[in-house]
Amino acid sequence: MFNIKPDKELDCLGLYCPVPIMKTAEIIKEMKSGEILEVIADDEGILKDMPAWAKMTGNEMLGSQTEGDIHKVYVKKK
Amino acid sequence: MSDEKPKMTLILFSGELDKALACFTLATTAAASGFEVTIFFTFWGLNVLKKGGISAGKKNFLQKMFAFLNKGTSSKLPLTKFNFAGAGPEMMKMLMKQKKMASLPQMMKAAREMKVKYIACTTSCGIMGVDRTDLIDDVAEMAGAASYLAEAKNANVNLFI
Repeated sequence: MFNIKPDKELDCLGLYCPVPIMKTAEIIKEMKSGEILEVIADDEGILKDMPAWAKMTGNEMLGSQTEGDIHKVYVKKK
Repeated sequence: MSDEKPKMTLILFSGELDKALACFTLATTAAASGFEVTIFFTFWGLNVLKKGGISAGKKNFLQKMFAFLNKGTSSKLPLTKFNFAGAGPEMMKMLMKQKKMASLPQMMKAAREMKVKYIACTTSCGIMGVDRTDLIDDVAEMAGAASYLAEAKNANVNLFI
């Protein structure tokens, strides 16, 4: 269903707000423009928080997929 | 989005762990979202900034008593509810650790790394006999209400906790 190839992966399993967003901000800073970050999390808040963060920071939210309790969200660096 | 950074200010008036966590959760998230963040610490909120140990500030008798009853430091904050003479916060910290949530010291460290600015209220310090040297070095400014308002006027989000 998803055809996204991430350049980097960020494991946020077991972590709660605000840590996944802080880690995302940190790792995105090190990435190049156009690169894609995959964030894996089990706090479902990520599904709302990541699009909100992407909107605020101007990065592009590509989408998300959920399997059971695990959420994968994809962000493209601006 | 304009090139100018969005701005957020928080007033931390309270000296409880739960409220400090709320404050730093928002501050770190905002900083990670590109906001310029300022926290103005006043009254009980100053306890979060205290180094702990013996205060260096000159105090009269009342201030000495006050300092004894109101020691502070970020590791010894009570809870607004279920404090149970300090057992509550310890339980809360254990639960947070079990759940791998960020602790207050971790969030404060992250906040500093993301250049969140700390202002300590001089009036509160004056009343309570708190000296600048009693506070952690991360405090950028000692200032009053006008300085806060000057920052808040141009900010997009202003919160009082």
